[in-house]
Amino acid sequence: MTPTEPTRQEVVFRGIAASAGIVWGPAYIFQKQTPVISENSVEAGHLDAEIHRLRSAVDRSRKELAKIYEFAKQKLGDHQAKIFEAQLMILEDLVLFEAIVKRILAEQKNAEYIVHDEIEKYRRVMVAATDEYTRERALDVEDVRNRILRNLRDEKLISRLDGSPVIVAPNLAAADALILSRNTILAYVTEVGGVTSHMALLARALKIPAVVGLRQLTSAVHNGDRILVDGYAGVVVVNPSPDTIKMYEEKRERYREFEERLAGLRDLPAETPDGRRVELSANVELAEELEFIKLQGADGIGLYRSESLLLGREVFPNEEEQYREYRMLVDTMYPKRVVIRTFDIGGDKFMTSQTSRENNPFLGWRGIRVMLDRPEIFLEQLRAILRVSDRRTVSIMFPMISNIKELRRAKELVEDAKGQLRSRGLAFDDRVRIGTMIEVPAAAVIVEDLAREVDFISIGTNDLIQYLLAVDRGNDIVSGLYQEFHPAVVRFLRRIIERGKESRVRVAMCGEMAGDPLATILLLGLGLDEFSVVPKVLPEIKKIIRTVKYRDAKKIAKKALTMVTEDEMKNYLADVMKKYSPDIPREEERIQK
Amino acid sequence: MIGYWVEIPRTNIRQAFTHSHFLGMIEREVVIKNRAGLHTRPAATLVKLAAKFKADFLIAKDGFEINGKSIIGVMTLAAEQGAKLLLRFSGPDEEEAAEAILQLFDRAFDEPT
Repeated sequence: MTPTEPTRQEVVFRGIAASAGIVWGPAYIFQKQTPVISENSVEAGHLDAEIHRLRSAVDRSRKELAKIYEFAKQKLGDHQAKIFEAQLMILEDLVLFEAIVKRILAEQKNAEYIVHDEIEKYRRVMVAATDEYTRERALDVEDVRNRILRNLRDEKLISRLDGSPVIVAPNLAAADALILSRNTILAYVTEVGGVTSHMALLARALKIPAVVGLRQLTSAVHNGDRILVDGYAGVVVVNPSPDTIKMYEEKRERYREFEERLAGLRDLPAETPDGRRVELSANVELAEELEFIKLQGADGIGLYRSESLLLGREVFPNEEEQYREYRMLVDTMYPKRVVIRTFDIGGDKFMTSQTSRENNPFLGWRGIRVMLDRPEIFLEQLRAILRVSDRRTVSIMFPMISNIKELRRAKELVEDAKGQLRSRGLAFDDRVRIGTMIEVPAAAVIVEDLAREVDFISIGTNDLIQYLLAVDRGNDIVSGLYQEFHPAVVRFLRRIIERGKESRVRVAMCGEMAGDPLATILLLGLGLDEFSVVPKVLPEIKKIIRTVKYRDAKKIAKKALTMVTEDEMKNYLADVMKKYSPDIPREEERIQK
Repeated sequence: MIGYWVEIPRTNIRQAFTHSHFLGMIEREVVIKNRAGLHTRPAATLVKLAAKFKADFLIAKDGFEINGKSIIGVMTLAAEQGAKLLLRFSGPDEEEAAEAILQLFDRAFDEPT
């Protein structure tokens, strides 16, 4: 920007935080044109030249990819580099290129047209595949095809950039993100993509901040615009004002100091100075998070939300598909424990348009209620889970249990599933651990009875608080009444934890409250055995646990139980926090959940 | 078995390959045994092994037929654990090719089952 140019307005975009860090710098718009393929005839005398052109384009593509693959191995290790292996193998597919050459000769058409047409046949079949693995490979095929087409046009791979830009792109393939990272890239920001995309995974591995899901971003940014990226909160500011930059400078400094102190925590146990060891595990939805979870030093997975397998699908994944997902999950985490929660879905998953919608889905057909009414689907899931229990690290957990009959029926179905596996001669852990969520107030009231039937209980605070306080926190009018620190909630939690422990079962919590630093000392003092939290807050919670004596935490919890308003309770806990962990970032700066 | 082959619908994939007439040929049905299915790594092993033989090698699944020496072809099969494939070998060393490749399937590509 030249000094004479008028200062442009600051614009804030909100997206999804994909890789942590705060940076600012000039924007570089990385836009790949979708190749327009024209069908041209090639004269017989020029066919040899056309084939030569194809061969050198394929050759250049192969060299490019080989470099990317080598670079990925260096930067990310062999395992993660594998995402580029498939593409490289396609470029070495003799059968494919023989067919392309034959067609160029027979049809006398240009190489671009035949390459596109021939590869498109495969791509279409793969896109239509029922398994996700193959559908993902379709992206590889597309990327390879575009690479060859670009080389046919003699366009260079953009890999050299001036300065240290923030890459702004509508979409960014993993290979591009990687190759660009050979420059000093400040951050990646894209319009599409989720935290689970290969690109997000790469950004985290390369420790380059990234924000994804920023709609309409590229149309608001010009090359060279100053752009600020907050990979903690998922915020991007175009043309930030000096005040904004100053604010983020401070935020970055706070986080940098904090993270430095957390770095040494990874391999330390979640144990109080006076020797009370609790389990600190992670809540997981997506397989891509596992790498991060291991880095964060989790004791295991305290909640795997199996319903995430249903995202974007029309039909339920079958036993084999589920088995593959669970296997990967369990093998990746081994020897750490994994708690798989059975599908926690609303009945609307089964309803077609002609069925009436439920008036009150929160009090309706959901969780275990649905699965008990659809035993064939439930059994399929239970078999898949049991099959991965062979390494004895797996537990099964049921959601939305509200009475003992449901729990017993669910356990019967587990036994049925075991019988079916036995007759198929498949291995499983006969003593697989069974747990129930405590998220319906009725379950909390009869927790001692439920506890006799299971190996562990896990408190789901999100629903429990909503049901207990009769507040839908998605409803703006009343969401202010949703209070984690309502005295009724805290006293109720005490009851659940105490009764659970009296019945000698492990008491875990997997709701959001478990990951709220303000609640950590309180929950520790109430006697919670396991905190299962979103991966990002794991080190923070561990740090708090490691600074407070169990003896003191118990006293603090006892005092908190005498408080009669939420404000009183929060202020008290905030004071306590200040005393024990003065360096934990507060409130709005707190690491985003 | 032969009748089954005649009934396979012609697909885009099938049209993609021109292959010689199979006069004397070997046909075998196999089941994918390994847990992860015919994903990239076993597919690569299979294709590399097939390339060592002169014999043509075709794989059919659910009406698709692809050239077993082509990695992109094998990838389109989306063959998961338990999937049934029909293999066809034809050429001067078809017996050796069939034996080697059937063994690979039998060993579940040396992967966990």
